[in-house]
Amino acid sequence: MDTVTRRRFLLTSGVVGAGALAAGAGAYSLRDLLDTSGDRDPQSRTLVLVTLYGGNDGLNTVIPYADPAYRAARPELAYPDGEVRRLDDDFGLNPALAGLHQRWSGGGLAIVRGVGYPKPDRSHFRSMDIWHTAQPDRPGNTGWLGRWLDRAGGDPRLAVSFEPALPPLLAGAQSAGAAVPVTDRKAAKGLPAATLTAFAAAEAGESAARGRAAACFADLRSVDEMIRQVRDSADPDTADPDSEQAPATATGGARTPLDAQLDLVAQCVEAGVSTRVFSVSLGGFDTHADEKQLQAVLLGQLDRALTGFADRMSRTEAGRKVVVAVYSEFGRRVRANASDGTDHGTASDVLLLGAGVRGGWHGAPPSLTDLDDGDLKYTTDFRDVYATLLERVLDTDPGPVLADWRGRVEKLF
Amino acid sequence: MSDREAVAHLLRRATFGPTADEVDAAERAGPAATVDRLLTQPATDRGAAATPTPTLPPDPYAELTKDSTREQRQQANAERRKQLQRVTEWWLNRMVAAEDGLTEKLLFFWHGHWATSAQKVKSARLMVGQLETLRRHGRGPLGPLVAAMVRDPALIVWLDGQKNTRKAPNENLARELMELFTLGIGAYSEADVKAGARALTGWVVDRRTGVARFEPKRHDPGEKNILGQSGRFDAEAYAGLLTAQPAAATFVAGRLWFRYAGPETPAPEGLAGADTIATVRAILSAPAFAQTRGTLVKQPVEWLVGALRQLGIRPSALPEQQRKQLLAGLNALDQVPLRPPSVGGWPAGSAWLTTSSLQARLRTAGVLAAATAPSVLARLTAAPTAGRPDALARLLVVDAWSGRTRAALTPLAGEPRKLLAAGLVSPEYTVS
Repeated sequence: MDTVTRRRFLLTSGVVGAGALAAGAGAYSLRDLLDTSGDRDPQSRTLVLVTLYGGNDGLNTVIPYADPAYRAARPELAYPDGEVRRLDDDFGLNPALAGLHQRWSGGGLAIVRGVGYPKPDRSHFRSMDIWHTAQPDRPGNTGWLGRWLDRAGGDPRLAVSFEPALPPLLAGAQSAGAAVPVTDRKAAKGLPAATLTAFAAAEAGESAARGRAAACFADLRSVDEMIRQVRDSADPDTADPDSEQAPATATGGARTPLDAQLDLVAQCVEAGVSTRVFSVSLGGFDTHADEKQLQAVLLGQLDRALTGFADRMSRTEAGRKVVVAVYSEFGRRVRANASDGTDHGTASDVLLLGAGVRGGWHGAPPSLTDLDDGDLKYTTDFRDVYATLLERVLDTDPGPVLADWRGRVEKLF
Repeated sequence: MSDREAVAHLLRRATFGPTADEVDAAERAGPAATVDRLLTQPATDRGAAATPTPTLPPDPYAELTKDSTREQRQQANAERRKQLQRVTEWWLNRMVAAEDGLTEKLLFFWHGHWATSAQKVKSARLMVGQLETLRRHGRGPLGPLVAAMVRDPALIVWLDGQKNTRKAPNENLARELMELFTLGIGAYSEADVKAGARALTGWVVDRRTGVARFEPKRHDPGEKNILGQSGRFDAEAYAGLLTAQPAAATFVAGRLWFRYAGPETPAPEGLAGADTIATVRAILSAPAFAQTRGTLVKQPVEWLVGALRQLGIRPSALPEQQRKQLLAGLNALDQVPLRPPSVGGWPAGSAWLTTSSLQARLRTAGVLAAATAPSVLARLTAAPTAGRPDALARLLVVDAWSGRTRAALTPLAGEPRKLLAAGLVSPEYTVS
């Protein structure tokens, strides 16, 4: 398998111009977010979008265990009936998804099945561009939530990522979300503070890249303070005492684990910041070979991070207004390849939990035998999901954001 | 742009970072002769000769059997990591020492292009083998390079080629070969990926010997239709078919432009030459190339190797502690040779300019300033205090400091090592 995350390559895919990246990346600190505490309408909801990079194998996530075609297509890779965490007589969850299974039983997990788009593209990079831009015919250079941000006033603090680089989905035409850096606390040593301050000054007429290099010095000054702030702002009474992971301090900006990202989201939500959209991610799902074990490890991480977050969110008023949506750029082939892995496929599941989400099944399961060139035929357009989230979570008319897309996922909320 | 600025720009982009003496020599020769000299491989390279490719013992995994104990496996793993560390350190030394800077930088380009990571390949011998293949074909035409790479053991392991069989094709290598290595997205169809995977079937890697071998029983000898042509294509024929597409030369020229000129300026038409050196010549000679001065964010390896050369530091001569600090710096900057983050290669541009990378640059600049050769430091201190920022610009081959940076540097003029460290993290040095 590609154990690496594909996410970083999105930067070179050209979806986001350097200008948008420069506008967002690192330009805001957590203090800037926390300064917005109390600015929001307490009734408004928050969207947390979880991107699984690499193409998560949907058929081994929500498993059609009762369908003989499932086992026939991937004998080595299929989970036996006894191992599947049963959802009903036909479907079950991957054994690693214990927490989500429990949530399903309590009516707190929605699964939209067969989500995809016409004429699927099996390149990671292009397919991820399509999901980020919501423009399957020709991915442009704005993300769907970036376009929402343009219309919501353009304050970058409304749409935040704790990833080291701004994901394309948060880049709008006139504005961009904020990539808030999460770095270790090792302060810069050796050079006097006055030097760092002097480097932070903008210089008329220099290239955008040099301007960004100078802006990094300005950002750096707030980082150390930011990490301290988030620690101090964490109310010990509301912090999850059972959390396996110490909060938030990642080992390196580019490798922030999902639970640490969600931990920061939780602290922001609890502080009542103005942010309406958080983007977080987990990479490594490109399981061309020896998939079963690797996917289980990743799904285990996802399960622990999501259920820990959801439990914590359920304890506060602000937390109970949060909706989480989980997706990947495509599923994988129905049939296994020779390497006990699967190659890039098409339609897959979107998982939702949180405020007002109606648990249970949504959309129709794709057939495992009526295939499009070896791949599942999608049954729900991904823009239906986006439009529903825009309307029901972000209280926005999806029309201008999604090129007048009419479809919705009925009864999702 | 003055001649000195023109040749400094050429040298900064075509090599890992020139020394002031190299710029002096190039200025005397003039821009046209400098391009010629850069592109001509010298008959001898004393720097390369002094840093020969390490001869590695067999892959420690080759000794393991089913009956090997857990301790033996752990020991083999540790030995493998040690070998990879040795190769990484050797390569950094070579980048610093080589006189033929263009060829060394080109090799690093190809490494990032084929983006094979030791994280999965794990064998130092396979990684070194791939570098040798890239070195052998890196300056020449695309056809032989791609034909050699589809049989390269490290690439086969990296993209699951050994698991690609007639019975169940694995598309990983076929897809990335077209999307990322030769044609670019949009120049092929899904059917081409599937047919291409069939053409590549049959190649396996013997992990004991590290050799790629063709097993006819695993190969799909049937007729394939790829990119509008039919035939019983095998790996080599498929590679030939790909590189014969006009899109291949254009795509690869675009990738070279992306790295040498930067992601900001679109590649001009007609860069692709008969071989890679001809394409690099077209890039360095393009009028648009000259206009990209001051816009390209240095990749961390370029930044570090250039600084090592300019400061007269041979990493192999440093104490182990400092060698480790330099590698830790590259790791924190997210660019360690032999470990690209994904098959898509390393990012570019503003992606390298984050607060966390600035912290890592600050730390590493401190290590570099402390390790700077006394003779180099003496050149800086030979200047009167007021002239030291300019002496620093000459040393680091920066055309000119902005008012902002001069204001930051001037108070440090009395502390030459701090002045050096500040120069290395300045926007003018970070973005070339």
